[in-house]
Amino acid sequence: MARRVTLTLGFAGGTREVAVVIPDAEPTPWQWGEKFSVVGVPTPRADGPLKATGRAPYTYDVQLPGMLHGAILRSPYPHARVRGVDLSAARKLDGVRAALDRSGATVRFAGQEVAAVAATSPEIARDALALIRVDYAPMPFVAAMDEAMRPDAALVFERGSNVAAPIVNAVGNVAAGLETAAATHEAVYTTPVQTHVSLETHGAVASWRGDALTVWCSTQGIFGVRDDLAVHFSLPPENVRVITAYLGGGFGSKFGAGHEVIFAAELARMAGAPVKLMLPRADEHLATGNRPSSSQRVRIGAARDGALTAIELVQHGSGGIGGGSGSSGPYLTLYRCANLRTEERNVYLNAGPSSAMRAPGWPQGCFALELAIDELARKLGIDRLELRRRNNPSPVRALEFEIGARAFRWNDRSRAPQSRGPLKRGIGVASAAWHGIGASGPQAQCVALRDGRVQVRIGTQDIGTGTRTIIAMVAAEELGLPLDRVTAEIGDTRYLFSLPSGGSLTAPSTTPAVRQAAAHLKRKLMRLAAPLLGADSDDLIIRGGVISARAAPNRSLTFAELCRRIPGDSLAADGEHVPNYAGYSLTQAGCQFAGVEVDCETGIVRVTDFVAVHDAGVIVDPLTARSQVNGGIIMGVGFALFEERRIDPQLGVMVNPTMDDYKLPGILDTPEIQVFFVEVANGITNTGVLGLGEAVHVAATAAIGCAVADAIGAPVRDLPLTPDRVLAALGQA
Amino acid sequence: MLPKPHNPDLSDNHGAEPASDRRDAGPRLTRRSFIKGAGAAAAVAGLIGVKPGPAASAVENPPPAGAAERIGPGAETFTLRINGAPRTLTVEPRVTLLGALRDHLGLTGAKLVCDRGACGACTVHLDGAPVTACMILASDARGHEITTIEGLGTPARMAPIQRAFVAEDALQCGFCTPGMTMAIAAALAANPAPTADEIKRAVAGNICRCGAYPHVIRAALAAAKSARGEG
Repeated sequence: MARRVTLTLGFAGGTREVAVVIPDAEPTPWQWGEKFSVVGVPTPRADGPLKATGRAPYTYDVQLPGMLHGAILRSPYPHARVRGVDLSAARKLDGVRAALDRSGATVRFAGQEVAAVAATSPEIARDALALIRVDYAPMPFVAAMDEAMRPDAALVFERGSNVAAPIVNAVGNVAAGLETAAATHEAVYTTPVQTHVSLETHGAVASWRGDALTVWCSTQGIFGVRDDLAVHFSLPPENVRVITAYLGGGFGSKFGAGHEVIFAAELARMAGAPVKLMLPRADEHLATGNRPSSSQRVRIGAARDGALTAIELVQHGSGGIGGGSGSSGPYLTLYRCANLRTEERNVYLNAGPSSAMRAPGWPQGCFALELAIDELARKLGIDRLELRRRNNPSPVRALEFEIGARAFRWNDRSRAPQSRGPLKRGIGVASAAWHGIGASGPQAQCVALRDGRVQVRIGTQDIGTGTRTIIAMVAAEELGLPLDRVTAEIGDTRYLFSLPSGGSLTAPSTTPAVRQAAAHLKRKLMRLAAPLLGADSDDLIIRGGVISARAAPNRSLTFAELCRRIPGDSLAADGEHVPNYAGYSLTQAGCQFAGVEVDCETGIVRVTDFVAVHDAGVIVDPLTARSQVNGGIIMGVGFALFEERRIDPQLGVMVNPTMDDYKLPGILDTPEIQVFFVEVANGITNTGVLGLGEAVHVAATAAIGCAVADAIGAPVRDLPLTPDRVLAALGQA
Repeated sequence: MLPKPHNPDLSDNHGAEPASDRRDAGPRLTRRSFIKGAGAAAAVAGLIGVKPGPAASAVENPPPAGAAERIGPGAETFTLRINGAPRTLTVEPRVTLLGALRDHLGLTGAKLVCDRGACGACTVHLDGAPVTACMILASDARGHEITTIEGLGTPARMAPIQRAFVAEDALQCGFCTPGMTMAIAAALAANPAPTADEIKRAVAGNICRCGAYPHVIRAALAAAKSARGEG
């Protein structure tokens, strides 16, 4: 059964009444102006004390009695046939308990898995790898995109070309749009391969009991790992239990059971003992995923008033042996344009595979598009922010531009005279968009215990965003309880299903299931309370942990007293994420402003300050939300200034698989950051919470790129914006 | 000098370089050869700025720089002072302090992340000074007072810097947090009234991929303030 409700939805820039049909099982969606008591209050994360004291048990910290340590031998060749693997010497080494190999396989990148061992210590496992003899038949390889695209190039796979069929999106007529433009701009922009560098590497601890497998895994999706293992070992899914109590980062690289997880389970079965297999840092760079490279030819035109008349992207990019290198998202989304065409081609290389990475394709696309917009703005003689405003399709972003420009002092700073010294200041602005609207699938269980506590049990995982905390906050809000009564139990496939923590799915997909479960539990609890208070259960309300009847508020019952009346041990109720309603808006908008200082003598760029303005629906915890925004920007600083996987073209081998040669941003590279949220009551779920992690990363690199071009009077069109490139651009300015 | 490893192929390179190519690779700088070259005591005294502790017994403490001591090649039993208590363990001479803490003593707060002193996630205190435990052999930590994150505070009784980390949300995934916390705790002990710039320099070697840095600065300033009784 369904019911029709009229909701007040919208944001500070305007609200409207929207009629929404919702199932009876659903609580009424939170609306504009909703009065919260727990939600929206800055709240330190629930697991903060465990993390800050070193007690949070990550996969990497799991220790089991008799546990062995695994290690993986990897190919030194970018392309080779593995003719044979001799494990005999490794097996004879004292302390080695199991070994396996991939003899007969073809390796297609330097770093691909060839063999694995398990031994009584990590040191002995490494010794054993050194004793494995591998007979490789090296094959021709390609390590650079231009080389791979030649007709006579060595082939990565046994098929006609290294270049995949193009993916084309088109509306209108780009040629005609460019024809009518008052100003046009065309340039090529490139972005390098970035690796995720999660601080906890990929890996697992696997333990068998009969044909039941328990795996502690550093994963963003426990159910995906469970299903992969069940298929691999031909087990029913219920025989596989996956636990991720704490996760040391993922950023899109940790979905499914990777080779290291499969190996851990295989070695554990062979050895008859639990095996821990966590990857060394180098392996993490080589083999566990990366953000693909891109080369983007952009053609863009606008009328005299700045209205965009054409946008065209012709792109190729490489995710090594993986695909998905497209970057068209921002071109198709950020600005209004009648004539729009994107053409993307994936190029295969003998290099480590791509995987999803924080807003896949968008930071690359945003960098090229926004720098091109700036170059066009200069030709038109229109202020860069003003040009964006004139082509902005989003009313939410219009307000965000206003808030951001004021906080950043865009007008003052854009008119300030440039310094005469070697330190040049520059500013940039870029638009962001994402669609962290969630998906169906998650189910949650809310359990009231006789001691007056409530547990929310759900098979999600906390990637570091604060999932544990916001789940408890949403349940406490719905149940009318103080937050300290509610805990979230997550990270175990014994709980009800939830989606992987990626695609900004977690907050928008879990919170509606949790709220529905809490609403169902509340209904059961009120039925329990009704005879005790001599009232109809529909007339009862619970606020601050006290239950009373609307009509007779002087008669009341505490939540703890009520829970003592629970028959048996506990009272449980389930909830699910129902399909999203057609609410107010299915997209989310943002914008970021960056200030930089460029030393024209050294070419060194310093990012000085950022203003970030974002829509994430209802913000459950402003404190952890701000952390996510900071993190999205700082990862963008790394992509803008430092990070690049370097492959030796002669050897086809990554030359910087460390954390000193592959440089991440540190605290000294961190700008001052101001964060603003434009809350939007969107009514698409019962909570209206949106995902934030990706939206806040999309524009950061682009804003820095635009600011650097502004500072030195010339664009640097290739990432990272290293001193040599900055100096070269200055030479042409 | 430390003895030669019992396996000539021993490498800290974790298999990234294949065994079959290794013999042709020529001299390579491993952590072990680096520490050997620098001299065990010098590695502690010179590179990490800590004076060797007072000598007690030959087993408890390393000899002074230049004096010969042979340990290994097999596992050796010795005692380390960790979080104020003696802990006896039996490990091969090549086991790092981090490996000893994590794999042999159950102290898993310090994390192995970069394995070459580049990220700070394994930061512990040696005689009160922050050091990267992945770059010190366990045997070279004899005679020193070692403090790990577990010794700084507990969830029920957190140190001021730990409380501030929680309150300011100076962490996300939390994997860098023990090292970051230990680096700041040492910095605050040395300088109870730091500026934001001084805090940044104190944790410049601690990498956080989630980007918790802005809140780390807030937390450190708040902890310093509360320790001075101003908070």
